[in-house]
Amino acid sequence: MRQYTQAVIIILFIGMLVMLRVLNNASVSGASGTGSRAGDALAGDDRRAAERNVARYGLHLEEVSKAAGVDFVHQAPRLDSKLDHIMPQIASMGASVSVADFDRDGWLDFYVTNSGEGSRNRLYRNLGDGTFEDVAESLGVADLNVPGTGVCMGSIWGDYDNDGYEDLLVYKWGKTELFRNDEGKGFTRVTDSVGLPDWINVGSATWVDYDRDGFIDLFLGCYWADGLDLWNLKSTKMMPESFEYARNGGQNYLFRNQGDGTFEDVSESAGIGSTRWALAVAAADLRGTGYPDLFIANDYGVSELFANQGGKSFREIGRSAGVGASPKSGMNVAFGDIFNQGRFSVYVTNISEEGVLIQGNNLWVPREGTAGDGLRYDNMARSMGVELGGWSFGAQFGDLNNDGNQDLILTNGYVSAKRGTSYWYEFSMVAGGNSAIISDARNWPPMHGKSLSGHQQKKVWLNDGAGHFSEVSQAVGYTDVSDGRAIALADLWNRGVLDVLAANQGGPLLIYKNTVPDDRAWIGFELTGTKSNRSAIGAEVRLFFNGVEQLQEVSGAAGYSAQNQRRLHFGLGENPSVEKAVIRWPSGTVQTLEAPAVGQVHLIEEPQ
Amino acid sequence: MTTTTTTSPPPASASSAGSPRRFLSLDNRYLAPVLITGILFAGQLSFGILESYPRTLLAIGASVLAELILGRLMLGKWPHLASAYITGISVGILVRSPAYWPYVMCSLISITSKYAIRWRGRHIWNPSNLGISAMLFLAPASVASLSIQWGNNIWPMLVIWLLGAAIISRLRRFHICATYVASFLAFSGVRSLVTGAPFLAAVAPITGPMYQLFIFFMITDPKTTVRSKRGQAVTVFFVALVEALLRLNQVVNAPFYALFLVGPIPFIYELWRDGRPKTANRPETVQAPTLAPSEQPA
Repeated sequence: MRQYTQAVIIILFIGMLVMLRVLNNASVSGASGTGSRAGDALAGDDRRAAERNVARYGLHLEEVSKAAGVDFVHQAPRLDSKLDHIMPQIASMGASVSVADFDRDGWLDFYVTNSGEGSRNRLYRNLGDGTFEDVAESLGVADLNVPGTGVCMGSIWGDYDNDGYEDLLVYKWGKTELFRNDEGKGFTRVTDSVGLPDWINVGSATWVDYDRDGFIDLFLGCYWADGLDLWNLKSTKMMPESFEYARNGGQNYLFRNQGDGTFEDVSESAGIGSTRWALAVAAADLRGTGYPDLFIANDYGVSELFANQGGKSFREIGRSAGVGASPKSGMNVAFGDIFNQGRFSVYVTNISEEGVLIQGNNLWVPREGTAGDGLRYDNMARSMGVELGGWSFGAQFGDLNNDGNQDLILTNGYVSAKRGTSYWYEFSMVAGGNSAIISDARNWPPMHGKSLSGHQQKKVWLNDGAGHFSEVSQAVGYTDVSDGRAIALADLWNRGVLDVLAANQGGPLLIYKNTVPDDRAWIGFELTGTKSNRSAIGAEVRLFFNGVEQLQEVSGAAGYSAQNQRRLHFGLGENPSVEKAVIRWPSGTVQTLEAPAVGQVHLIEEPQ
Repeated sequence: MTTTTTTSPPPASASSAGSPRRFLSLDNRYLAPVLITGILFAGQLSFGILESYPRTLLAIGASVLAELILGRLMLGKWPHLASAYITGISVGILVRSPAYWPYVMCSLISITSKYAIRWRGRHIWNPSNLGISAMLFLAPASVASLSIQWGNNIWPMLVIWLLGAAIISRLRRFHICATYVASFLAFSGVRSLVTGAPFLAAVAPITGPMYQLFIFFMITDPKTTVRSKRGQAVTVFFVALVEALLRLNQVVNAPFYALFLVGPIPFIYELWRDGRPKTANRPETVQAPTLAPSEQPA
């Protein structure tokens, strides 16, 4: 009898091993979705394949940077020679893109940062004919990587002086710079008069009117420790003290806009001065208090959620909210109302490398019935199919196919060097060591030209509106394998669709022009504050259509080193029924637009 | 990482019976569960080491349930659950996955392997080593092993080492740990010379928490190690050697695979040797006290 029992157990054991393989394959196929099938289709007639993709998925992305006159290629910095052996993984950030209509001609422009010493940033002005011209040099915002001043990591647009024109803040590993926009005709450097620190290593930034006084304030999240000059290292003990619990990064800063063109450092009194390794930040009223909260994705540690205490200070509630318990490698923060229920979910990207490190990205969905101090999130990334994105960086929510649901697009890839090589073994070896080892760059094995999660396939996840996302990147034409950093969404040709700007580290700035079926409706809102800050950053629009409610917010930054268009774009699907749009301005004013017309951008000024 | 025995723990001496010392002296069978539970709570409370409580509880629950069912079927009686508890808790700590199913599967595979892969009435692989190796090899897209935790700080590691060393010494198996550590350090030097990587980089893995669990709970498993001290030392030396070879080939999960590959060989040899007719002058080997109660089918 026992022999039979053991035979059954042996069969059971073998069955479990087989099932293990099946479950693993299911995870992989869930992540890659339908890409390979459609990738084959693209190998044939591109035009016909594109038409098929538009019909099937509701979008097709065509890379058009050359045709649009954009030939920008990012350069990485060259830091202190003591870091030469691991330079690719240290000098691995700085490619960014931010969108704004800086000259208010109705066409969206964008700014891209470079990071090589002496390299130039570019401001691409939209000519309205499908092409762009670089005006950074002539307008005075190109030469920001001068040796001795640090190098650029990103930029954000915001009208800090409420003069109606978007000003430009460029954050750096080094000297952060602020430029006042002179009515779209030029920029004046005002850094020295506004009170920003001399040298900090900023990794993320956002504009946020945290006290709702009508002037946008500035949050800077630092990466490397403050004061660390990466070109003149006194010590190689500058790496994170832990791969998951590091607190030896740079400080977070909050600068309150005093309304007179200057800023006051209120980091300490606001309770915001964490020293984790901040890589992404975004602000929104997540708790329903009327005040914007700050969500920070930290590398080498847990995310932080700073709850706004009535515009006076912040309280970190990440752990109690459920987002700050499991330490990962946070690199992105994006908000999206993925269920059309009037609440934001939060997407935080991390690292997943098969067989080595499976952190998985986080899709934090607010638990039903929780708000305020009782706000709780659950990570739904796996069940909704958006968990595995490789070494993920920037990601954005947006209705890419105008079907009425917020989709998700992601870029990834860390260091693409020689194909077929991997630095992961060496990386994992040191990352598991104690702080004395991991924190000293000398202890990191040389990279010798190896890749580290390089040449990765990007992701486009289409939201079916019923709780699941399908990955279609290869099908719809998002096919580059560069080392992606920033993603920004903008309707670059005023066609009622979201195009994609992708900034790549040490690679080209790519523009994916989006094609969506004509029968899918859309509506846009461009807000201008009067009592509120002029950029209307923090304003919420709730659109009630087809029996659902979709929430979007004007943000001061989103994703990783990126800023989407300030205009809010809602896809509506076919033959939509739009009931109303409810705007809540940062001042607290609530404005309702009954049955707004579809197929146009509504220019809305805040009621006085 | 299961621990089993066929012998009872040493009885308390007559002189200590009824004394306060008796109450402070823990039965050997419970030392390992207590130690690993202490590690779990210390790590979780200080650094939040677990993916989540539900995942760890799931691993423990699946392990215990599998042990109960399979033990009952195979032995005809309810097995002692200390071993399954250790397996479950080890899986809960060492397996890293955002999904839930790997925790269940790893526990089930670990426990089932004890009853499925047997020779001469003994299981030959350390169950959790086999389970984790299977997960890492067959499900790399869903599972990774614990590689970074405890804040990468030296203090938790020292506490674990002191506690672990005290307990493992009491069980007369510290020589296994010491041999392995010494071998690992020596081979780290060799790897450093061969690859050109800094010596501290080569040594770094053993300073992480995964190795503390590996050293104290896996390689010392009395049920899947040979009986003689020398044999045990030689075995872990070869584990370290194979691990070094795997590391030279950039295998990230080298220690698990090395133990998986090396561990059964001397053990099978010993079982084979024991199965031969005994000669008159062959000395009896002595079973050392062990870490956990027996779950060994008769």
